[in-house]
Amino acid sequence: MDFSQALVDAVRAAVGVPAAAYALAAVGLNLQFGYTGLLNFGQVGFLLVGAYGTAITADHGLPLPLAFLVGVAAAVVLGLILGLPTLRLRAEYLAIVTISAAEILRLVVRSRPLEGFTGGAFGIREFADAFYNWNPIPSGEYGVGNVTFSDRTLWVMLVGWTLVALTSGLIFLLVRSPWGRVLRGIRDDENATRSFGKNVFAFKLQSLVLGGSIGALAGILLAVDAQFTNADYWQSIFTFFAFTVIIIGGVGRVIGPVVGSMLFWFLLQGADTLLQQALADSFFGSKLGPTEAGPIRFALVGLVLMLLMIFRPQGLFGSRAETLIEEP
Amino acid sequence: MGRWVRPRAGATRFVLVLALLVAPALLRTSTAAAQAEGPAITGRLVQNGKPVPGVKITVKRGRTPIGTTTSDATGIWRVPVGAGGTYQVTLDRKTIPKGFKLADADRTTLPSVVVQSEGDKFVLFPFGEAGPSGPSDFEELLNLAVGGIKFGLIVALAAVGLSLVFGTTGLINFAHGELVTFGALIAWYVNASGGDGPGAPLLFAGAVGVVAGGLLGGALDLGLWRPLRRRRTGTIALIVVSIGLALFLRHIYLVIFKGNPRSFEQFATQQPWTLGPLSILPKDAVIIVVSVAVLVTLGLLLQRTKLGTAVRAVTDDPDLAESSGVDVKRIILMVWIVSTALAGLGGVLLGTTEAVQWDMGLRILLVMFAAVILGGLGSSFGAIVGGLVIGVISEVSAFWFPTDYKVAFALLVLILVLLVRPQGILGVRERVG
Repeated sequence: MDFSQALVDAVRAAVGVPAAAYALAAVGLNLQFGYTGLLNFGQVGFLLVGAYGTAITADHGLPLPLAFLVGVAAAVVLGLILGLPTLRLRAEYLAIVTISAAEILRLVVRSRPLEGFTGGAFGIREFADAFYNWNPIPSGEYGVGNVTFSDRTLWVMLVGWTLVALTSGLIFLLVRSPWGRVLRGIRDDENATRSFGKNVFAFKLQSLVLGGSIGALAGILLAVDAQFTNADYWQSIFTFFAFTVIIIGGVGRVIGPVVGSMLFWFLLQGADTLLQQALADSFFGSKLGPTEAGPIRFALVGLVLMLLMIFRPQGLFGSRAETLIEEP
Repeated sequence: MGRWVRPRAGATRFVLVLALLVAPALLRTSTAAAQAEGPAITGRLVQNGKPVPGVKITVKRGRTPIGTTTSDATGIWRVPVGAGGTYQVTLDRKTIPKGFKLADADRTTLPSVVVQSEGDKFVLFPFGEAGPSGPSDFEELLNLAVGGIKFGLIVALAAVGLSLVFGTTGLINFAHGELVTFGALIAWYVNASGGDGPGAPLLFAGAVGVVAGGLLGGALDLGLWRPLRRRRTGTIALIVVSIGLALFLRHIYLVIFKGNPRSFEQFATQQPWTLGPLSILPKDAVIIVVSVAVLVTLGLLLQRTKLGTAVRAVTDDPDLAESSGVDVKRIILMVWIVSTALAGLGGVLLGTTEAVQWDMGLRILLVMFAAVILGGLGSSFGAIVGGLVIGVISEVSAFWFPTDYKVAFALLVLILVLLVRPQGILGVRERVG
């Protein structure tokens, strides 16, 4: 087996655009789940409205910066629509409402009657040319050793990781402010926080909307990177990967989503390359071919998620006191 | 989601008509492609076998016009586009001659037609009524409602375990869909003949699937959930563990059984029985009878037997039940075995009406949640009522709205019920958050 190839692939994946997008989605989810205790199982819905808001606006010939704003605004609206009625329900119900809402959104943008608007099952393509015209990096290949990227990819990575840094910085400042202390109060004991005269509902709503808007940035980043969005891109499994990311990195830690996402992609891609090689060499017998590498690595993700939650629920860098794990 | 319901007879007929329309166009244009350089977008406009001439068709790329043409006397049209890419094709409705009508009057623009750099791309504008001698509104509604009752009963059967487990242990099990798939896959394997499996009759195979499901449920409780309960792991952590378990099981199924949909050896195709306005497949009638029988038996078990009383006692208050001499651990183990066996039965029945596939459980997971929440989490009668409501609403919605929105309707009903009556239709008030 060629471990150096696996290492190169894994490092590429750990710093690539998808890793940045997962980190962004997880930064938003960490605010909601890690700091406020909201069980948002529909984060992918916020990515979807971000991506589609941008793609549809740009597809109608409007300038791309405006399209980005529309994408984020759509996420704010979704957060309000979801949050206003449901944040009074208990955690599990919020989970089921949000995952259902994300699925409804996916089915609706996929549906045939809306094809003229959303592209239906075909989706929308080639809407972000302007973004690549802004690329200041001279064309060529850049990188260290075997890990290289084209100027185009590097430009998206640069924007993506800058967004991760900015949003993480924002969260760092916010959770240390009085506002952030109220959020953690809600997570640890909602009734006690309410008895201090805090409007718990308003704080939860702000957390949901802000976290969702950061999620929309992740959706926009993925759609711009692919120059494409269609409904099947935004399956609910994405939300669970984002949960895996923050649980790997550490729930309720500012750096958690970033470290978690890089590790998640490093391990996922490393395992993928090694599995492909092993399967091509019929290492596991003749019944399994290289195409089985995809499912096997997702099975491993599931196993890792279970084992982490059972044996180290605070994640690699989390603190146990900041994690909702044991019954009070 | 979206493929879990057998297409309506009208829709099947429509697809057939489409296939017949495309076939001549395919034959013809393969020779035409050789004549001009570069790819082209082409098609043939036909209504019930009669060509539709003189219809104007415009092709654009983004906002750049590429070409315009009109269909000739044989209904054929062709626009050379020069290069591969994504194009929009628009049909000018005003140029359609008298006596002809688009099947879907609003579908005049195909927004993204992908053309390869070589070879022609065939696109289709269907003309005519989808089914001119279709059933009356009443017949259609009646048959949709019966289809909804069947689907709702399957969902109820599969989901009642979700509710029982939540009631006794407080776990919202996101891996329940994979337990449904498990029963169906085992039954498929035992039923498959040739090199795939032993080829036993479906009745036996289904029974094996149900028993295997029960064993898996017992094993999961003993090996995973009981130790976690002993550690007093919180609700949210348990949900995340169940998500990990779901991911794990689902992809193991995919590795072992591969991704293609399968059907059982028997009862795959049947002639429907016609009873006045109602037309029903024999297997669907059997599914309805079996589901009702099993659900009624379960209800009687819960209400009339000592075991059922103990289950309800644990649901109400595990500590109180324990101190009254109920062996809570054993009851929960029984609940897991019964729940997973019923999920497996639901999977087998679902597999007889649709395909057996690695992600069939995931596709009905949210519908099952909708059913149990609608009826009231923790109430097994609620799951039955909820399943029926969800099944009928999602099927009957197809009468007024495009079938694309069927599942969306089911989930929308769930959200609305949660907002108005969070405890569900039959739920107990105290469960509200």
